[in-house]
Amino acid sequence: MSAASESAVRVGLVYPELLGTYGDRGNAVVLVQRLRWRGHAAELVEVTAGAPIPDSLDVYLFGGGEDDPQVMASAGMRSSRAAIDRGRAGGAAVLAVCAGFQLIGHSYEAADGTMIDGLGLVDAVTRAGPNRLIGELVVEPDPPLPVLTGFENHGGRTTLGPSERPLGRVLARNGRGGDTEGLVGERLIGTYMHGPVLPRNPALADHILSWVVGDLSPLDSTTEEQLRATQLHAGSARGVRKWWQERVSARG
Amino acid sequence: MSRRSLRTSIAIAGGRAAGWLSRVTGRGEGATISGRVINAIAPDALEQLAAGQRVALVSATNGKTTTTRLLAAAVARTGEPVVSNATGANLTSGIAPILATARAPGLAVLEVDERVLPRVVDPLGAELLVLGNLSRDQLDRYGEVHAVGDLWRHTAETHPDLRVVANASDPHVVWAATPAKTTWVDLGLGWRNDAATCPNCAALLTWSADRFDCPSCGFGQPATPNRLDGDTLVLDGTRVPLRLALPGRWNLANAALAVTAATTHFGVDPHDAADAATTITTVAGRYMTVALPDGRHARVLLAKNPAGWSEVLHHLSVPPPAGRNCSVVIAVNARVADGKDPSWLWDVPYELLRGQPVAAAGERAYDVAVRLRYAEVDHIVEPDPLAAAAELPGDDVNIVASYTQFSAIYRRFG
Repeated sequence: MSAASESAVRVGLVYPELLGTYGDRGNAVVLVQRLRWRGHAAELVEVTAGAPIPDSLDVYLFGGGEDDPQVMASAGMRSSRAAIDRGRAGGAAVLAVCAGFQLIGHSYEAADGTMIDGLGLVDAVTRAGPNRLIGELVVEPDPPLPVLTGFENHGGRTTLGPSERPLGRVLARNGRGGDTEGLVGERLIGTYMHGPVLPRNPALADHILSWVVGDLSPLDSTTEEQLRATQLHAGSARGVRKWWQERVSARG
Repeated sequence: MSRRSLRTSIAIAGGRAAGWLSRVTGRGEGATISGRVINAIAPDALEQLAAGQRVALVSATNGKTTTTRLLAAAVARTGEPVVSNATGANLTSGIAPILATARAPGLAVLEVDERVLPRVVDPLGAELLVLGNLSRDQLDRYGEVHAVGDLWRHTAETHPDLRVVANASDPHVVWAATPAKTTWVDLGLGWRNDAATCPNCAALLTWSADRFDCPSCGFGQPATPNRLDGDTLVLDGTRVPLRLALPGRWNLANAALAVTAATTHFGVDPHDAADAATTITTVAGRYMTVALPDGRHARVLLAKNPAGWSEVLHHLSVPPPAGRNCSVVIAVNARVADGKDPSWLWDVPYELLRGQPVAAAGERAYDVAVRLRYAEVDHIVEPDPLAAAAELPGDDVNIVASYTQFSAIYRRFG
């Protein structure tokens, strides 16, 4: 193996056939390209369903999936638990979206009572809710991250344990707010935001990459910012306006 | 006709009036509103209108409008009168006004929305289903692919006499059509990304070059003497060349399905059926051309979901230098009829267009632009698809449009 490929950042797309329902490949593409454009060697590693998940990945991406594929993915992820732990101990980051978010928690309880075991990487449980939450989502995370935009489409409701921290406060969810979204842990993000989430939020992509490679040089993101501006405005103008008014009134 | 009740006749008249209003006010084609009025006034209108018609229903995620058009042209060779919903209005509201135009007993070839199909088989007294493919489409509206396959299968199980002509290469379709009296056609494996797991037992399917199988429960691609071989349909040993005016591999698959249905169910000579298919050049605006201000023409293609986009892009991607003459406008909206979540853009191999002139267009032009940036495809951003087409160079300009973008262009120029 050459020195260059030894040092290449390995972005792992886990089970794309099972956990790729909502363009989840996009998150992997964005991480790889944002490294390459800065001169880092990076490689997209697809872990096909049925294959063991290796311990040598630098980023583990668990995406969204439908019910049956989620059961299959759960089995594969749990049988690779030791390798994932070794990867995490070695400094790897995790981005888990939707079904993937549910699967890094302890369990998912389906509407018919079926229990799907998760990895238990984080202290969270998910139960099927009374309806699907579908629509644009705007989330305010802790600094230095900017407001995040995404599209949610899920039936599960995830409850975090007392020691876990949400990714951010929901500013707009179909016009409603007041809730929290996702989870942020040590080199780990869980979220219900599709879009996919990283093309819409390049700062979040760089945040994850900085966990793996340290400080990053600036990168022009004009196109992404135009998309963000459109979606923050169109999808959730009301929620953002409310957030802005609160900000202004808080400043007095 | 005498078997129509007064109520149904009034409903049809009311429906026609509403349809006329819709057309003259420029709100739409008129078929859907007309049907809503008919259904509201006479809920049993479908039964009455379908009486005396031999009804074939065509459904699929992609290609149902084109397959319907090809099948209608092929069965017209029987000499029987044929009615068909040529505009793509495929809900019960779109079907009723079409049936109301039938003047005599004959054949009705009807495109039906995937979700609506199970509900209209009984009222229409359908004798044949033509089932093309099932893939992910508008997840925020339709839900999961497996659920649609299960709906279809229930219809097949509860209608043992129903005849079906179906694609043997699509696991969801095979799962749905297996309980019926099915004539299979092997259309070749195309998009497989939405069929990772077995519809029967949820194990991982295995895919070889020419078939799929479930290693766990034995579910797999059914054997059939009918298959698409390049641009030739092999129908139980008979080779039927398909010389289509319509572009792309996906239309060969649509035609193979239509010719098989016309031949095996309606007794049309397969070469006659294939000949009828060659006469179709545009289908409800698909593949129509639009004049650009500088005298060039742009061709308009509809792509609704990752499977459809993937087929179209493979067709339009031409390696440079020849590719520099083939321009592509990618026009995407994310309204209800498009699916409100355009994340599927990341499942489409836009990388194929590297080196060709490309424009990001539509209400979601910036979603497209970000996708193209990460695919390293040079592009311009211009929300208006026709302005975008005019800005791109070359003699072969193609506008590939999502559903509502396509409809807007069709309304303006169709």
